[in-house]
Amino acid sequence: MSNILNVPLPSPVINAENKPFWEAAQGGRLLLKMCSACNEPHFYPRTICPHCGSDQTRWVESSGKGEIYSFTVMRRGVEVPFAMAYVSLEEGIKMLTHITNCDFDAIYIGQPVKVVMQETQEGQKVPLFEPIA
Amino acid sequence: MSAKSNACIAGIYEHPLRVAPNHTVAQLHAEVARGALLDAGLSLNDVDGYFCAGDAPGMGPVSMVDYLGLKKVSYLDSTDIGGASYLAHVSHAARAIAQGQCKVALITLAGRPKSEGSSGTQVRSQHASAPDFAFEKPYSPAPLNTYAMCAMRHMFEFGTTSEQLAWIKVAASAHAQHNPHALLREVLTVEDVLSSPMIADPLHRADCCVVTDSGGAVIVVHPDIAKSLKRPVVQMLGAAESAKGQMGGKVDLTYSGVAWTGPRAFAEAGISPKQIRYASIYDSFTITVLIQLEDLGFCKKGEGGRFVEHGQLIAGKGSLAFNTDGGGLCNNHPGNRGGMTKIIEAVRQLRGEAHPAVQIPHLEFALASGIGGALGTRHGAATLIMGRVS
Repeated sequence: MSNILNVPLPSPVINAENKPFWEAAQGGRLLLKMCSACNEPHFYPRTICPHCGSDQTRWVESSGKGEIYSFTVMRRGVEVPFAMAYVSLEEGIKMLTHITNCDFDAIYIGQPVKVVMQETQEGQKVPLFEPIA
Repeated sequence: MSAKSNACIAGIYEHPLRVAPNHTVAQLHAEVARGALLDAGLSLNDVDGYFCAGDAPGMGPVSMVDYLGLKKVSYLDSTDIGGASYLAHVSHAARAIAQGQCKVALITLAGRPKSEGSSGTQVRSQHASAPDFAFEKPYSPAPLNTYAMCAMRHMFEFGTTSEQLAWIKVAASAHAQHNPHALLREVLTVEDVLSSPMIADPLHRADCCVVTDSGGAVIVVHPDIAKSLKRPVVQMLGAAESAKGQMGGKVDLTYSGVAWTGPRAFAEAGISPKQIRYASIYDSFTITVLIQLEDLGFCKKGEGGRFVEHGQLIAGKGSLAFNTDGGGLCNNHPGNRGGMTKIIEAVRQLRGEAHPAVQIPHLEFALASGIGGALGTRHGAATLIMGRVS
């Protein structure tokens, strides 16, 4: 099963806390939050570090590269099948996403992937991942 | 204050309907409240503590206390940790009773997801202000796909197979055949499960629980009141709750919050998993059961597949029987929240009131374990340990 058609994506709910992330995504960049107090990255991004409680968090750009930690192919009960995954990024966090531009039946845990932005129907770019050829 | 031996479960009721197109949700709450009070031998006027979760219509306890006609309520709790809420409510009720804040606590659950067209493949609507949902909405996280990723990772790390997961459904179906109210009463084989349609790899349709309109209620009372009633006395021995999420991006799908609540509940009860011969294990999906069995210490992490295969969870076959009512997998998953029925069947077992074909003889202890929300993103977890007072 491969995704010839792009899966229609709902738009995120953009708010004061996550707006920089989605603005960067619009420009093709994947951001994370890094804490200057505990030096740990976190995801999804918050103003207060969920690891240590510090308010000294800052946006950093991810390499956009990682590997698949787990996945599933949602085959039924949806209009267009899609592949959901947690991708483990090089920076050390795992994020919920979709895997795209590939044969869904060939996806595997540990597969190297890189970020690719796809627009929602409202035009907001959202980070998905595709296998690194 | 400890829940241990300071409170008893005196009344239980599971609504017999599985499809209720002509009921309101509030009406189902009232019917199960009435049923549990009748079971206990108590009346509405005895209730001084009321507990409900997000399934209760209106403004939770404020609406329901008025609707039900509870006139002397001195303790309220609307903790909502999804389907595990009712296990937390029993724990909170036991502690409130131990502190003298109430003596007769009523806990109700009801919902009509079947009549309202709910499915496990749908994204559950959430308030736009939820920080996680704001972020994850583009990816359409639904019960099926988020639990499926837990199963996929478990298979990768530990070699767990679809056949082993299927045995969990097979065991539930073996029990459900004896329950006249169960939605699914057909006895299934491993092949039946594996040949059902793949919904979200590696979960088949038969790996999923049922969707039902129904409800349930539990009455928790002071031990002095329990002794005055004409029902077998089931006492609280241990309880714990927690919540587990993505841990700031350090996601680990191989264990649940029950890995934290199980050991704490066992420590409070002062017993070990080896002493448990019946457990109600939240069964939204087969993988939910497998991960909790490991987290509760019935087997080591990663060995759940071997622990459940070949019908070892069927009453009378292995060392541990689970969900002898047929569970959420076959019997009932009222309001998409399975915690209430987990408590109810554990109490039936301790009273000796389970169906004779699945009753565990001379049962001293029983455990109920719940996961509410989504195992693969964020969930509430709760564990109860109860004992029969002879």
